[in-house]
Amino acid sequence: MLAFTLRRIVQAIAVMFAVGIIAFSMFRFAGDPVNQMVGQDTTIAEREAIRRSLGLDDPVILQFSHYAANAAQFKFGISYQFRLPVTDLLIERMPATLELAICATVFAMVFGILMGVYSALKRDTVLAKLFQAVSLVGISLPTFLIGILLIYLFAVTLGWLPSFGRGEVVKLGWWTTGLLTLSGLKALIMPSITLGLFQMTLIMRLVRAEMLEVLRTDYIRFARARGLTTRAIHFGHALKNTLIPVITVAGLQFGSVIAFSIITETVFQWPGMGLLFVQAVQNVDIPIMAAYLLMVSLIFVTINLVVDILYTVVDPRLRATVGRAA
Amino acid sequence: MSICRSLFAATLAGVLALAASPASSQTLRYANQGELKSLDPYTLNETTTHAHLGHVYEGLVERGKDLKIIPALAESWETPEPTRWRFHLRKNVKFHNGDPFTADDVVFSAQRVLAKGSDLLTRIPADAKVVKIDDYTVDFILSSPNPILISQWDTWYIMDKKWAEANNAVAPTPVAATTPSYASLHANGTGPFMIESHQPGVKTVFKANPNWWNKPEHNLKEIVFTPIASDATRVAALLSGEVDVIEPVPLQDIQRVNSSPNAAVLTGPELRTIFLGMDQSRDELLYSSVKGKNPFKDVRVREAFYKAIDIDLIKNRVMRGLSTPSALMVAPELYPLSKDFTRPKFDPNAAKKLLADAGYPDGFEVTMDCPNDRYVNDAAICQAVVGMLARVGVKVNLLAQPKAQYFAKVLKAGGFKTSFYLLGWTPGTMDSHNVLHDILGCREDPKDPNRGQANLGGYCNKDLDALTDKILVEADTAKRDLLIKQAFDISIKDYAYIPLHQQSLAWGVSKKVKLTQRADNQVLLYWATKQGE
Repeated sequence: MLAFTLRRIVQAIAVMFAVGIIAFSMFRFAGDPVNQMVGQDTTIAEREAIRRSLGLDDPVILQFSHYAANAAQFKFGISYQFRLPVTDLLIERMPATLELAICATVFAMVFGILMGVYSALKRDTVLAKLFQAVSLVGISLPTFLIGILLIYLFAVTLGWLPSFGRGEVVKLGWWTTGLLTLSGLKALIMPSITLGLFQMTLIMRLVRAEMLEVLRTDYIRFARARGLTTRAIHFGHALKNTLIPVITVAGLQFGSVIAFSIITETVFQWPGMGLLFVQAVQNVDIPIMAAYLLMVSLIFVTINLVVDILYTVVDPRLRATVGRAA
Repeated sequence: MSICRSLFAATLAGVLALAASPASSQTLRYANQGELKSLDPYTLNETTTHAHLGHVYEGLVERGKDLKIIPALAESWETPEPTRWRFHLRKNVKFHNGDPFTADDVVFSAQRVLAKGSDLLTRIPADAKVVKIDDYTVDFILSSPNPILISQWDTWYIMDKKWAEANNAVAPTPVAATTPSYASLHANGTGPFMIESHQPGVKTVFKANPNWWNKPEHNLKEIVFTPIASDATRVAALLSGEVDVIEPVPLQDIQRVNSSPNAAVLTGPELRTIFLGMDQSRDELLYSSVKGKNPFKDVRVREAFYKAIDIDLIKNRVMRGLSTPSALMVAPELYPLSKDFTRPKFDPNAAKKLLADAGYPDGFEVTMDCPNDRYVNDAAICQAVVGMLARVGVKVNLLAQPKAQYFAKVLKAGGFKTSFYLLGWTPGTMDSHNVLHDILGCREDPKDPNRGQANLGGYCNKDLDALTDKILVEADTAKRDLLIKQAFDISIKDYAYIPLHQQSLAWGVSKKVKLTQRADNQVLLYWATKQGE
């Protein structure tokens, strides 16, 4: 077991290293950071001095090894545009992104499961067909369009919800939360729906398919034969067995929810890490781009690692093969 | 019972009094597409940053609503000799932390603005001496006369020496620094507003300064600034009344904002001139079908390109009427004699004939570089140009890119890799000399390496450069304006560039707010008043 975990961790580090190398070879195509850091009157000589002092003339591999050496000591440098440490900026923006991602996932799970169960049990009702149509919309419409449509309906036309930002936030140590104020909660609604809609439709379709599958199995038939109530069969037996793959998918998707919050955060000017990243790309702020990409790859690698370990814990058969292989 | 009633009456009266009280102190919410990155006034020489920080800091001089230079922290000044400027400082001015403003702060700010890490080195000539005469008099001694010394001083903000020294902020943060500077997160100026809180890239709150030396024109108690990068969201926030002022409003949304009940768009010509440039320095163009020679070296080809552009069509179709076609490379607001110049007429037949005379009866092929997120409708303008040139037989391949990639390719650091391009320019000094020097000056002048640094096409005429040098030191305004005219005449005869237009400012303003729009696109809310809610 220990050997398995260790091997997985070594693999994870290799993945992050590869992400770093790929990222650094891409930065050259993002443009010239120096032009974004100075005004138009800055002379050519000064621009070149800046470029030299940042080591931008060095070969990619040298730039990367500098960066990797610093990153190994948890030094991620100073943002070119803000002149502030990248770590501070990311930590300041992290609560906003995590809160949004968690709310979006909760929204997706709750509504996805409810709608999935309903459309599996009452397949031919009008409502079930409506849910199917909604899920098509959720899967096919691009996120930014959904966000803008929501803004025009609920912020401009009806005036119920704010069109941008996080509202009032409360500071709890280094964490900031919008969950404790009314304006903060209102501000969370539209971004969470926008971000979670795709996951919701995914979960809904998954629950519906799994549920239909499970309802056809023998043990459900035997349960009926035993004279259990429909309610107990549907929710006590069928739904329970449906949820295992759903939880796996939702867990694995959490990484992508964080990574893809970039678009939602841009539409709603949500002050999270995704917005920071988009603006860093526009301004070729390499330290922020590099740190963000490393962090996202760390999240993905960690989730996968945890899932792998949990599988072996949950499923004894896997443990046996892992043990033999080791 | 009666106590109850009178209590109720008193409360009601109080509430009514509150409601009816004159709108004296309001919160104004402002959203811009860009962020306020640093509070250090010397790290980025850029209009929006200067405008934000201009609420907190002040210069020795400022520019009024019509861009005229007026006294600020200096009450008056004189030039006893052409190379010596004497400034008499305003007394009884205090920084936000209570420190008095004196000549020491001016001397300190002059050193700081020239220090490593500053992006505002052009504010003061590097060899100028700044001498404190007494607590309220400062002399600037120059090595050569400079009539436009103070033209950029409205955005050279004076900092507090004592505060900077106490907080280890005596120099701006250099770009390659490893620790942040105190001054990039804190500010201590003399201006009408103080920083209440600042979260970089998220939100900045300015609070009115009750001890400001001047009489405020605004009625605000605070300004809440939030960047909103997405155009659609920014407009939505204005329409829903969540913000009071936005900059900019995208051209396609102007009508919608104007037709809404609670906001309108304030438009006006901006100082930036948008123009087309052509590579006239290489012997063979980098991106063209013509091999072995450079068609743009022939003035007839440049003239043909100029005459093939239908500027009115660009104005009416692409810019939706919101542009001012220009005949000069500098905005009319910045040069009094600009009314003496007119654009050559749009004439596609003449253009065809000129191309034939130059040896290109069937035209030729050339690639055009264009930014697509820098100026108002930049890529659409380039598209229109492509179509117009096609009508005279020139096939233009358009390469429209985001500004980061575009500038990396076409500027000097990228090796001026362009044959034909679109660019915009606002002279930082608000003066024609800057245009003649940076855009129209010859590159690779051994005596002046900065000449022509934004001259991407490499146009060069030594007569023009000689005039530019005279203009720099000529103190007599009338004579100077005539010299400028001569210089521009040379560039026009050479068809050095194809000026297109001044784009339009577009600020979205709530109907509750009154404010003044200044042509340099600085959103200055200390001139804003807001009606009570």
